[in-house]
Amino acid sequence: MTSRRHELRRYPWQVRDSGQLLLVAAAGVWLVAAVAQTAAEGLKDPRIAIAFGALIAFGELLRLNLPGDRETAPIGFAGALAYALLIRVGTHVVQLSAEQVVTVATIGMIIGALPHLAVGRPARVSGMAARLLCVACVAYIFRPLAGNSTLDRNWGLAFTLMTSLAVLALLLEAVLTALLRVDEQQARFRVALVDEMRVQLPLGAAVGASALLIAFAAEVMGLYSLAVFTAPLLVTQVAFRRYAGIRATYLQTVRALAKVTEIGGYVEAGHSERVSRLAVAIGRELGIHEPQLLELEYAALMHDIGQLSLRDPIPGGATVLVSRPDQQRIAELGADVIQQAQVLGSVAEIVRRQNEPYRAVEGAVNGHPAPGHTAGRPPPGSPSLGSPSPGPPPPGPPLSSRIIKAANAFDDLVGSSLDPGRAAAAVQRLRLDTASEYDPATVEALSRVVNRRSLLL
Amino acid sequence: MGKLSRVALLYIGAVAVTAAVLVARGPFTGLKWQYVVFLGILVIVTESRATQLRKGQLSWSSSSAAMLASVVLAGPAGAAIVGACTAMGLRRGPHILQRVFNTSMYALSAYLAGRVFIALGGHVGLPNENSFPDIIAPFAGAALILVAANHGLLSGVLWLTRSKDRTPASTLGVGLSARLLLSDLGYAAYGLLMAALWSVVGFFAPLLVLIPLFVARWAITQFAEQQKSYEATVGALCQAVETKDFYTRGHSDRVSRGSVMIAQEIGMRGERVEAIRYAGMLHDVGKLGVPTKVLQKTGKLTEEEYAAIQLHPMRGLDIVREIGFLDEALAGIMHHHERIDGRGYPMGLAGHEIPEFARVLAVADAFDSMTSNRSYRGARPVAEAIEELRKWSGTQFDPAFVDAFVAALNREGWPRPEPPVLASDDLTAVTAQDHDDPGAPLRVIDSL
Repeated sequence: MTSRRHELRRYPWQVRDSGQLLLVAAAGVWLVAAVAQTAAEGLKDPRIAIAFGALIAFGELLRLNLPGDRETAPIGFAGALAYALLIRVGTHVVQLSAEQVVTVATIGMIIGALPHLAVGRPARVSGMAARLLCVACVAYIFRPLAGNSTLDRNWGLAFTLMTSLAVLALLLEAVLTALLRVDEQQARFRVALVDEMRVQLPLGAAVGASALLIAFAAEVMGLYSLAVFTAPLLVTQVAFRRYAGIRATYLQTVRALAKVTEIGGYVEAGHSERVSRLAVAIGRELGIHEPQLLELEYAALMHDIGQLSLRDPIPGGATVLVSRPDQQRIAELGADVIQQAQVLGSVAEIVRRQNEPYRAVEGAVNGHPAPGHTAGRPPPGSPSLGSPSPGPPPPGPPLSSRIIKAANAFDDLVGSSLDPGRAAAAVQRLRLDTASEYDPATVEALSRVVNRRSLLL
Repeated sequence: MGKLSRVALLYIGAVAVTAAVLVARGPFTGLKWQYVVFLGILVIVTESRATQLRKGQLSWSSSSAAMLASVVLAGPAGAAIVGACTAMGLRRGPHILQRVFNTSMYALSAYLAGRVFIALGGHVGLPNENSFPDIIAPFAGAALILVAANHGLLSGVLWLTRSKDRTPASTLGVGLSARLLLSDLGYAAYGLLMAALWSVVGFFAPLLVLIPLFVARWAITQFAEQQKSYEATVGALCQAVETKDFYTRGHSDRVSRGSVMIAQEIGMRGERVEAIRYAGMLHDVGKLGVPTKVLQKTGKLTEEEYAAIQLHPMRGLDIVREIGFLDEALAGIMHHHERIDGRGYPMGLAGHEIPEFARVLAVADAFDSMTSNRSYRGARPVAEAIEELRKWSGTQFDPAFVDAFVAALNREGWPRPEPPVLASDDLTAVTAQDHDDPGAPLRVIDSL
């Protein structure tokens, strides 16, 4: 069981996807050229270079985990951008080449990443490469202009140029990270980009503003601006870390507590986890955005929580094998539990409607007549219970419910088996039921996910 | 704030008068009004957006930066005016006295910060290239005074207006303050950046500085929201585990509350109190691994059945192991049925070998079991339960925690649990023997 889990969960450092390779290679080539040229010309303003290099290394050391398995180094990134945008330190006009910016940023990043490697944490080379490419872009655009006298006299122009370059760098980082995620998780690019921007927007704004702040402040405060500025950014980062920490704990807790159904013998071991992983993969395949994907994951983890309220466990926990009213009752009870948390309203709704057929067809309802058995209150708008009302057809269940329905049925049929033939047969069986029971698009997405998975094994 | 004592009123009055007198003495000659007006408006606008934080946490980061910038740019009197603006946010709600106090508190601390800045050799006015690094020491002094004066004055009023019967003074946010103090000092650096940048980018300086501050505030708000929903979710899930048994409904919640009472009484750090709160909620999740028929059995238990019950702390640990809690909470869940005399389960640890969390949980757990209704007896009165705790103190329970719990109970009282309503449906089971109840220990058939 556990061995399979490890096989299926690919860590980014275990698999170098083509996109990652390309990115790292591009950064590497650029880097070699930059270092060679810097070495040939010699390091200009070494004191300033060392100060910024130290800041970048420090920032890289204090990497930050954001929700959704993202790792960034906001302080280091801000420091590197500021170095690229530097015009003067005190009264001294800084003359530095774009190559030197790239070199200093790289050395700083590598030094900062070493301790991570030393304690056995992943180096996250692709993230570093993405940040480096953004810094390099800004440096190659801005450095030739920095010595320009018009720019020096007209601070309004300089301000505008620097601001737009900072924005450009952050957008570029979002695009690069989104591309990496498309590669890594088989997500759609547009979905990944929007998600990336949404997650990165607050921190990105802080990074960009901080980069500008350091660059401007250095004109008055000299290199002390680095020291003065580190304190507040640290505090900002601590605030972010706590936020990301509670998000992670939240997910871990729901994952852990979803297991109570397994320990109580209601569900086969690993069922909730497998259904949730499959559901999330299907959701991603269908282009669901991250916030809804998280709700889907919660709902999938807890989809069987209603079984806790049953006196006797269903044999094997396979909800697909019990009658529809009983399924509906479990779903209702589960939704009631989740509803009590008050904050997971939409998750409760997803769980409540997880058994509804995709389309309310007369025959499907008539196939399971048991009015006395239903758990009291049919949900409003539910097409599966009660008599079909005249007028416009009731809206079908939400997409997330349809996904859980399919993923749950698939897992009930296949379980922890690794046999591709069995998986294919299960998909085939679901496909036969797409007329009313399962959402055809969801089943097709499921089929793609399952095929990809069997290729991996 | 409710009804205030005379001392509290006197205190607020004293702070207000001191602030008014000091600010009125000026000096106003040569005051750069443009800074004061701009920063004042800025603070009013930023403070108008209320931030919902956990109780007792205050967020004034952006205002402190603006106040400190005005210390450098406009001197003590100017800073005091900006400080006074802080409390004038357009936010609805606060009591008039609270507003008066806040206004004078911020004005007074900003004024003091300005005085310290000058006393330490800082020059009031726009900083230039030559101001650094000499300005850093006076600025740091001013920041320290601003934060310290603020926290001092605030702690004073909180202490004087605390509700007498609830929180012991020792836990009144001392741990919280140390953390807040540090982060406030961190944000204070933005004040210097604001002042320094003014000479480069003018009015853009405060706006640029505000972006990271707002982001930090956003993150803090998000954190607070997530934490609230997290608590609600854990609570709901625990209740789901409990729905199996009408008699133990609300048990986790009450054990959690009791453990927190003990933890606060013995002065645990805020973070550990949080951890024990969750440990209390989750301490019995492993009970789900015990077959229902064992829990429902009325007669003596066989050795196997007893072993199944003894396994529940380990089952619980299996469930919660992957949650990124403090390890202490995990240890507490695993060992909450150990006894001081070493005759508990699952490991038979004795005395201080038992983790502190587990010893705390054990007391709250047994107490709630005794004061709740069970199928075989009614709820026992609190006094009787305390008697029982004392009786087992030293053999089953850690005497220090029994004493702490009794002290907390005497001060705060204990809400009577709702009597269980037996449902007519067949969904719920009933515990026939409570493994938590020290007064009615589980009976095991002697196999030999």
